[in-house]
Amino acid sequence: MRIFFAIFAFSLLALLSILGFRGATSDRPPIEIFPDMVRQSKYKAQSHSEFFEDGRTDRPVPPGTVHRQYDNPQESERLDDDHFNTGRVNGDYAEGFPMVVTRETMERGRDRYRIFCGSCHGGIGDGQGITFEYGMVTVPDFHAERFYDMAEGEIFETITEGRGLMGSYKDKLSVEDRWAVIAYVRALQRARVGTEADVPEAERERLGL
Amino acid sequence: MSKIFPKWSNAVPLQVLIILTVLGVTVVGLVTYYFTPKYTRVGYAPTQPVAFDHGLHAGQLGIDCRFCHTHVEHSRHSTVPPTSTCMNCHNQIKTESDALELVRSSYESGEAIPWVRIHELPEFTYFDHSVHVNRGISCYECHGNVNEMEVVRHEHPMSMGWCLECHREPERFVRPPEEIYNMEWEPASEQARVEMGVEFVHDWNVNPPLSCSACHR
Ligand code: HEC
Ligand code: HEC
Ligand code: HEC
Ligand code: HEC
Ligand code: HEC
Ligand code: HEC
Repeated sequence: MRIFFAIFAFSLLALLSILGFRGATSDRPPIEIFPDMVRQSKYKAQSHSEFFEDGRTDRPVPPGTVHRQYDNPQESERLDDDHFNTGRVNGDYAEGFPMVVTRETMERGRDRYRIFCGSCHGGIGDGQGITFEYGMVTVPDFHAERFYDMAEGEIFETITEGRGLMGSYKDKLSVEDRWAVIAYVRALQRARVGTEADVPEAERERLGL
Repeated sequence: MSKIFPKWSNAVPLQVLIILTVLGVTVVGLVTYYFTPKYTRVGYAPTQPVAFDHGLHAGQLGIDCRFCHTHVEHSRHSTVPPTSTCMNCHNQIKTESDALELVRSSYESGEAIPWVRIHELPEFTYFDHSVHVNRGISCYECHGNVNEMEVVRHEHPMSMGWCLECHREPERFVRPPEEIYNMEWEPASEQARVEMGVEFVHDWNVNPPLSCSACHR
C-alpha cells in the first residue's frame, strides 16, 4: 500500500509538472483531443494552399476587374462617374466633392481620419502625429498654403495611389470613405483659419466667444 | 485445514477498493482539468516570425486596431495586415533594424510573412467578427488586453460554453459602440454597466442566437 502511494504520488507529481496548469503561457500549439472534423480540407481566408504556386488561398484580383460593391448601392450606381472614382475630370484634378457633404459624411470622415491618417498626420492635421517622435518627419502640414489650394481630386489620388513616401490606402478605405476623409481634412483646415464670424450666432455663447 | 490465504490477504479487497477509488478519482479529476480548451488553448502564445509587439503599436503608439485589422468591421474574418501596411511606417522608421529584415524582404519579394495563427475555431463552427463588433462587443471581451501584450496570447477558451455564456446574457458584455476599439474602457461601475447593457440590448434589439444552426451551419 505504502509503495503504491509512493509511486502514485511520484507519478502524479511528474505528470503535473509536465502538463503544468491551466492558462500557463506556452508556445506549444493547442492539442486537439478529439480531432473529428476540426480541420477540414477547405480553404479559408488568409490561409495556406498547397495547390497554388504562391501558397495562398486568397487569389489576386485579375487585371481589369471592376469592383461592383454590391453591398454599397451608392458606389455600384456610380461606376461611370470619373470624379467620384478617380478624382479626375477629363484628366485634370477635380475641384469640389462629387456628392452632398452631410453631417454623417463629416462624422464618418472624422472617424476614418482618426483611424487611418491620425497616427502620421496628427489629430489636427499638422503632420505631427505620434510617429513624428519616432523619426517620421517628412509628413507635411495640411495647414501649409499648398494644401489649401490643392484640388480635392488630388488629395483623393494621394489616398488612392499613395505618393512619395506615403503608401496607398485604397485597400483600407472605400471610395465613399475617401471622400469623407477629404471633407474632414477640409474641416480641419477651415478650423485653423476660421474666425469668430464663421461661428453661427446661436453657437457663440456655448463656445464662450 | 491449513491456511490457503495468509492473514494479510484479509485486507486485500479493501486495499484494492481504495486504490481503484483513488485512481478513478484522479483520472476523472485530470480529465476534467486537462481535457478542456481552458487548458489546451488558453495561454497559447507562439513565437512569431517577426517580433511584432501589440503593446508598442496598439498601446504605446495608440494605433487603432482597424488600421491593421481593417476588415473586422465588414467581414467575418479579421484580416491580418499585408506587409504593405507595416511598410507605410517602416519605410521610414527603423529602416535598418534586424528585427524588420523579414518585413522588408517580404515587401520586396511579395512573399507573405508566415504569421502563426493563434485563435482558430474548429472548422465545423461559424463565427463572424462583424456581427459582434458592430453590435457592442469589443475585441477586449474575446481577446483580452491585446494593447498590453508583447506577444498575442490566447486569453479565453473559445469553447462552445464560453460563446454561450455571453449569448445567454449579452447585457453583461456589451459596451457603447464608440468604445469598441478602446481596450482601456472602464465602466463607471459594475452596476452602471449592467444598467447600460440592459438598455443597449433593448434599444438595439441585440439578440444573440442560441440555436445550434446559428453556429453549426
Ligand atoms: C504611415 C503614415 C501616413 C499615414 C497613415 C497617412 N499618411 Fe499622408 N503622408 C505621409 C507621408 C510620409 C507624406 C509625405 C509624402 C512625400 O511627400 O513623400 C504624406 C503626404 C500626404 C499628402 C500630401 C501629398 C502631396 O502632394 O505632397 C496628403 C494629401 C496626405 N498625405 C493625405 C493623407 C490622408 C488623407 C491619409 C489618411 C487616409 C494619410 N495621408 C495617411 C504619411 C502618412
Ligand atoms: C500595426 C498593426 C496592428 C495593429 C494596430 C493591431 N494589430 Fe493585431 N495583429 C497584427 C499582426 C501583424 C498580427 C499577426 C502577428 C501576431 O499574432 O502577433 C496580429 C495579430 C492579432 C491577433 C491574433 C490573431 C490570431 O492569429 O489569432 C489578435 C487577436 C489581434 N491582433 C488583435 C488586435 C487588437 C484587439 C488590436 C487593437 C487594440 C490590434 N490587434 C492592433 C497587427 C496589428
Ligand atoms: C503607424 C506606424 C507603424 C506601423 C503601421 C507599424 N509600425 Fe512597427 N514600429 C513603429 C514605431 C514608431 C516603432 C518603434 C520604433 C522605436 O522604438 O524607435 C516600431 C517598432 C517595430 C519593431 C521593433 C523594431 C526594433 O528594431 O526594435 C518591429 C519588429 C515592428 N515595429 C514591426 C512591425 C510590423 C510587423 C508591422 C506591420 C504589421 C508594423 N511594425 C507596423 C511604427 C509602426
Ligand atoms: C465575440 C468574440 C470576438 C470578438 C468581439 C473579436 N474576436 Fe477576433 N476572433 C474571435 C474568434 C472566435 C476567432 C477565431 C476565428 C476562426 O477561427 O474562424 C478570432 C480571430 C481573430 C483574428 C485571426 C484572424 C481570423 O479572423 O480568424 C484576428 C486578427 C482577430 N480575431 C482580431 C480581432 C479584433 C481586432 C477584434 C476587435 C475589433 C476582434 N478580433 C473581436 C473572437 C472574437
Ligand atoms: C461577449 C459576448 C459574445 C461572445 C463571447 C460571443 N458572441 Fe456571438 N454574438 C454576440 C451578440 C451580442 C450577438 C448578436 C448580434 C446581433 O444582435 O445582431 C452575437 C451573434 C452571433 C451570431 C449570429 C450571427 C448572424 O449572422 O446572425 C453567431 C453565428 C455567433 N454570435 C457566433 C459566436 C461564436 C461561434 C462564439 C464563440 C467563439 C461567439 N459568438 C461568442 C455576443 C457574443
Ligand atoms: C454560439 C455558437 C454555438 C451554438 C449556438 C452552438 N454551438 Fe456547438 N460549438 C460551438 C463552438 C465554438 C464549438 C467548438 C468548441 C471547441 O472547439 O472548443 C462547438 C462544438 C460543438 C460540439 C463538439 C464537437 C466536437 O467533436 O468537439 C458539438 C457536439 C456541438 N457543438 C453541438 C451543438 C448543439 C447540439 C447545439 C445546439 C443545442 C450547439 N452546438 C449550439 C458553438 C456553438
